[in-house]
This record gives sequence, structure tokens and C-alpha cells, in this order.
Amino acid sequence: MIETFAALAEPNRYRIVELLRSGPRPVNYIGERLKLNQPQVSKHLRVLKEVGLVDVHPRAQQRVYELRAERLRQLSEWLERYREIWDARFEEMDKLIDELKAKEKSHGRNKRK
Amino acid sequence: MVATKGSEPAHMNTTTMELKGDREIVIARTFNGPARIVFDAWTKPELVRRWWAPRSLGVTLASCDADVSVGGKYRYVLKGRKGDELGFSGQYVEVDRPNRLVYTQIFEPMSDAGEAIITITFDEHRGQTDVVSSEIYPSAEARDAAVSSGMEHGMREAMDQLDELVTSLS
Repeated sequence: MIETFAALAEPNRYRIVELLRSGPRPVNYIGERLKLNQPQVSKHLRVLKEVGLVDVHPRAQQRVYELRAERLRQLSEWLERYREIWDARFEEMDKLIDELKAKEKSHGRNKRK
Repeated sequence: MVATKGSEPAHMNTTTMELKGDREIVIARTFNGPARIVFDAWTKPELVRRWWAPRSLGVTLASCDADVSVGGKYRYVLKGRKGDELGFSGQYVEVDRPNRLVYTQIFEPMSDAGEAIITITFDEHRGQTDVVSSEIYPSAEARDAAVSSGMEHGMREAMDQLDELVTSLS
């Protein structure tokens, strides 16, 4: 997971992943859309491929890159688990806060008496 | 950048989580209470005991001590089903009740990885409080270990059970 996030933390690589969400694209299309030269695009795509975020297929004279949904799904599940832990904590905290609010209110009433 | 959000109905307060760059996690949540109450619930050990180790995760809180003042120390220890213990400790850097709290955190099983800096803001409006917690880890590895730590110590098992339940219901 570490390598995958490190790969996505680079802004241009993140933009490439965003672009590939619309479908498989050849290297030169990616370069034109993101205004990057081909060596830069190739370098980023190599990193993304190493962490399993994209796959490459030859098509005629071109190399076409596509997103690997499986890897993205794993990433989002991994993060979702951490969110669930905090969510479970916060649900307990909601109950506690209601209790503390009620306590404060009844104290306030007592004071006024 | 990479964010996750629950699918609760709109009237409920949802917990959002976002990874920023490769060292930061930002968690946000709104609570239905004033900042002074939320701040106390977040910091006072006798109150932290009530929520930090939710039973639904299959863990308990073995101990929870905190001296909530600048330079003061804290240590929370989670206990898993098999009796394994997992400590979190650190020091308060800034204590501005009920607005802002900054503290360091060492995840003891990975103390070599160094300290995370956690900054929490409490923003009250119309009786509700928005809490934003930014956790900045010393390295990408440390952050990812923290995210993965939830999978250890009995939580994984409880979560799997929950997943099974959810799947069987849907």
C-alpha cells in the first residue's frame, strides 16, 4: 500500500490516473492532455505500472494504458476500514455528548433553583 | 485526494477521511454539542474511556492516562481479545480549550518510526461542533502502518464479522 500511495502522491501521476478513469489511452494522448512530454509521461506510467495501478496493451503502433480497477478497489477498502474504526468511536462519542449535554442542563436548572 | 465517506442517511453526521500527500490523514466529523463538551470528551481520560475503544471493534482500553496541559504526557493502551496490548503515547504541544489541540503521538509497536503530529480544531456553530483532526506522520511507511493498525489486535476479526453481516443483509 505504501508504494501505491507514494505513487499517487505525485500530482502528475494522480492526474494521469484521473484521466484514465475515462478509459484506456495511448501515451501520446496522455502527454497532450496533461501538457507533459513523452519521457515524463513514460516515466510516470512506469511507476504506476510497477505498483499495479495501470496495465499496458499494445495496439497497432501504440502502447495503450488502462487503469486496474482491482488495485484501486483494494486501496479504497483499506482506507474505508480505518474510517470505520473512527466512525465506531464517534458513534460512542455521540452518546457521551448527549449525556454530558443533559447533565449540563440539569446542573443549570439546579443552579437556578 | 484519496477520500472515503460513509453512506449514512443525510441527517446523520458522517465521518470523512482523506489522505493528503503521502504523510497526512485528515479526519472530519460534526458533533451535536458545543465545543467545550466535545473538547472535554476528546481529552479527559474518564471520558475518553467511554469512546476510544468501542466494543464493536472487539478491543478494550487497558489504561488511559493524560495530563492535558502544554508539555503534559498521555498514554492510551488498547487491549485486543487475546490480551495483546497496543500503546499510543505522546505529549501535548498546544492546549487551547475548547478551540485547538496539538499533540505528538508515538505508536509504540513502531516507536522507531518516530512521532506523528496531530492537530485538532473544534469549530462551534449553532450548537454543533465541527472537528477536524490532521495527523501528520514522520514517513509514508509510518502513516500506512497506522492505517493498517486497525486491522490488528482483534479489530480485523470484528470488522470481518461486520462485513459478513452487512453482506448477508444486502
